[in-house]
Amino acid sequence: MTETDKKLGWFGRLKQGLKKSSSALTEGITGIFTKKRLDASTLEELEDLLIMSDLGVAVSARVCDRLAKSRFDKQISAEEVQIALAEEIGDIMNDVARPLEIDGSHKPHVILMVGVNGAGKTTTIGKLAKQFKNQGKSVMLAAGDTFRAAAIEQLQIWGERNDVPVASGKEGCDAAGLAYDAIQEARDTNTDILMIDTAGRLQNKSHLMDELKKIIRVIKKFDDSAPHDTILILDATTGQNAVMQTEVFLELAGITGIIMTKLDGTARGGVLVACAEKFKLPIHAIGVGETIDDLQAFDPNDFSKMLVGVKIEQKQG
Amino acid sequence: MFDSLSDKLGGIFEKLKKRGALSETHVDEAMREVRLALLEADVALPVVKNFIAKVKEAAVGQEVVKSVTPGQMVVKIVNDQMVEMLGGDAKTIDLNAPAPVPFLMVGLQGSGKTTTTAKIAKRLKDKERKKILMASLDVQRPAAMEQLEILGKQIDVATLPIIPGQMPVDIANRAMTAAKLQGFDVVILDTAGRLHVDQALMAEVVAVRNAVNPHETLLVVDALTGQDAVNVAEQFGDQVGVTGVILTRMDGDGRGGAALSMRAVTGKPIKLVGVGEKIDDLEEFHPERVASRILGMGDVVSLVEKAAETIEAEEAERMMKRMKKGMFDFDDLRSQLQQMKKIGGMGSILGMLPGLGKMQKQMAAANIDDSVLLRQEAIINSMTPKERAHPRLMNASRKKRIASGAGVTVQEVNKLMKMQKQMATMMKKLGKRGGRMPLPGQMPPGMEGLLPKE
Repeated sequence: MTETDKKLGWFGRLKQGLKKSSSALTEGITGIFTKKRLDASTLEELEDLLIMSDLGVAVSARVCDRLAKSRFDKQISAEEVQIALAEEIGDIMNDVARPLEIDGSHKPHVILMVGVNGAGKTTTIGKLAKQFKNQGKSVMLAAGDTFRAAAIEQLQIWGERNDVPVASGKEGCDAAGLAYDAIQEARDTNTDILMIDTAGRLQNKSHLMDELKKIIRVIKKFDDSAPHDTILILDATTGQNAVMQTEVFLELAGITGIIMTKLDGTARGGVLVACAEKFKLPIHAIGVGETIDDLQAFDPNDFSKMLVGVKIEQKQG
Repeated sequence: MFDSLSDKLGGIFEKLKKRGALSETHVDEAMREVRLALLEADVALPVVKNFIAKVKEAAVGQEVVKSVTPGQMVVKIVNDQMVEMLGGDAKTIDLNAPAPVPFLMVGLQGSGKTTTTAKIAKRLKDKERKKILMASLDVQRPAAMEQLEILGKQIDVATLPIIPGQMPVDIANRAMTAAKLQGFDVVILDTAGRLHVDQALMAEVVAVRNAVNPHETLLVVDALTGQDAVNVAEQFGDQVGVTGVILTRMDGDGRGGAALSMRAVTGKPIKLVGVGEKIDDLEEFHPERVASRILGMGDVVSLVEKAAETIEAEEAERMMKRMKKGMFDFDDLRSQLQQMKKIGGMGSILGMLPGLGKMQKQMAAANIDDSVLLRQEAIINSMTPKERAHPRLMNASRKKRIASGAGVTVQEVNKLMKMQKQMATMMKKLGKRGGRMPLPGQMPPGMEGLLPKE
C-alpha cells in the first residue's frame, strides 16, 4: 500500500473502489435525475437502486415512500434526491452507531466473536487487538475456532504480529473448555481484554448453534456478566440472509453488537440498514481493507452518504 | 436452501392456477409478486428484470395448450425460463486435457476456496481415481498454506511443500513442474481471496493464469451473496476469465439468489455446490431439479418424461377417437387405470403433480392407495367382454357375480359403475367441444370421485 493510499480515509478508499465498479449507484442516480419531477417511475428507479445496494425490498420501499411524501411531484435535482435519501437512511442509522466500549472494571473484559464461515472473525480480532494495544490496554486472544484447519495457527500469527498472548488448544478440542481456561489465565495475568474467536457457523445449523450456547454457558460459569460483548461479524457482500443471521445469533447467542467487514469492495452493505431498523443493535465498526488500520468506527452519516453516493468532505486520514 | 423463495412462489402460483381465465392484469400482478420474491431471495436486480421480461414475452401470444389451464401454462413458462436462467444441462468439472490438468480456484475472501479445493480433490480422488496435487498460492492470509496442508493430510491428498517467501507465480510453476515429474493427474491451485476491485491482486492472479494456462478456472462464490454477486461475477469473468462457478454454503437457510444470478451473469455453468461442513459435502448442480425445487411446482418435468415413456401413442390415439365419439366403456376405464399404474401409482402421480401434495396426504389418511386401482381393475377383469363394452347390460345378478369374482362388495362395483358413467358423460361433453385427452397423469374427469372431499 502506498503513502497516498494511506492518506485517504475509508470513505476515500470506498470511493476508489466504487469508481471501479461498473454499476455504481452514484452514476445511477445522476442518470435518473438531471432536474425533473419526482414521479412514480423515477421513484421506482430509485427503489431499484436501493435494492441493488442490498437494502432489501421492504426497506427500499419505505425509504422511497418517505421521500415521496415530502417531495412528490416537485422539481428535484440529482443532488437533492441523494441528500434526501441519505438523510432518510441516516435517520435509521443514527442511533446504532456506538464504538466498542471497554469496561475497565472487568478483568478481563470478555469479547466473543461469532458469525458464519468466512465473515472475517479472526481477521477482525487481529485488527482489534492492535487497536486496543495502541490504546495501552493489555490483550489476550483465545483460539476458539478448533474446527477449521489452521484457524488456530492463523490467530497465533496475529498474536505474534501484535505481540499479544494467544490461548490455544489442539485442533478439534472443546472450544468451551478452552474459553474457560483462557478467562482463568487472563484473570491470573490481570489482562484487560480477552477476545475469544469461534468457529464459523451457519445460523441454521442447530448443533453448531448449541455448541456456541455451550461456550457462552461455560463463560458465564466463570463470570456471570461475561461475555461483556458478543459481536456478530457480518460480511458486506452478504445479501438479505444477513437479517436472518442477526435474528438467529441474537436469539441464540445474545449478540450485543455488529461489525461489518469487507466494505472495501463494491458491496454496499445496505443490509446493515435493514438490520439496524429491525434489531437496533449497536454497530461498532466497519472493515474497509486488509491492513490493521482498516477497521474503523462506524459513522452513520458517511455510511448513508456512501450508500446513495453523495460526495462528502474528504476526511483527514 | 431455497425454501423461503419456494414457499412464496408456490403461493403466487396457487392463486394463479385457481383462476379459470387469465387476463393480462392477472399475469402482471403475479409477475410483480414473482419479482419481489426473487429480489427478497437476493437474486440480482438486472437478472430479475431480464427474467420477468422473458417470461412476459413468452406468455404473450402463447397458445394455451389443450387440457391445461392458463395458470398452469404460466407456471410452465416460468419453469422453463428458470431452467434456462440456471443453465440448462448439468455440467461438472472437465478433466479432458493432458495431465497434469491445472485447475485455478479464485474468489473473494472468505468465500470458501481452500475448503472447496480440498473437497474437489477428495471427489476426484475417490470418484475418478485421479492422483491430485494441491498447492496454496495464498501468501496473504496468515496460515492459509498450513490450512491446505492440514486438509491434504486429512483426505490423504498430496500438497506442494511450502517454501516461505515464494511468490504465487513461482509457486504455481513449481507445482506444475512437480506434478509433471511425479506423475500427478490434476493440480489444483488455491489462491488468496481478493477483491475484484483490487488491481494489484487481480493482476497477480492473471499472471498465475498466464503461467499455468488452467484447464478450469473456477470462481468460488458464497451462495449467501447479495446484489454484489453481479459485480463479482462480471469482474472475475472479465479480468481472469472463469470456466465455471462453484457455490458454497448452499446449506444456509432459505435464499440462495446468487445461484440464480451466477449463470445469468457469467454465462458459465455452476459446476459444483458445497452443501455442508464435511469434506464430502460437495454435490453436482442440476439446473432442472433446482428449478423445480425453487418453484415448488413438483417434479413436473420428470412427470412428463415418465409419462411419455410409458404411454403408448397408439393407445392414446384409439382413446382419442372413441372419446371424440363420446364413448367410454369399461375397457377404456381399464386402460386408464393401467396407465396410471405404469406412471407409478396414485401416490407417485399425485406427489409429482404440483399442488397435489396435500391431496396425497389426504389419500393416505383416507387409506386410499394403489390397492384401490388394483381392486378396480380386478372388478373390470371379472366382467365379461360383452359387459365391458356395453355397461348398460349391468343388472343386480351380474353385479353380484362380478363382486364375488373380484372379491369385493356389490357397493364397490356400484361405485365403479358410477365412475364409469360420470366419465362417459364427461367424455360426451368433451367430444362435442372438440375432444381432448386428459394429459397423462392428470386426473381423468370423473375420477375425482375417488378422492375424499376436502
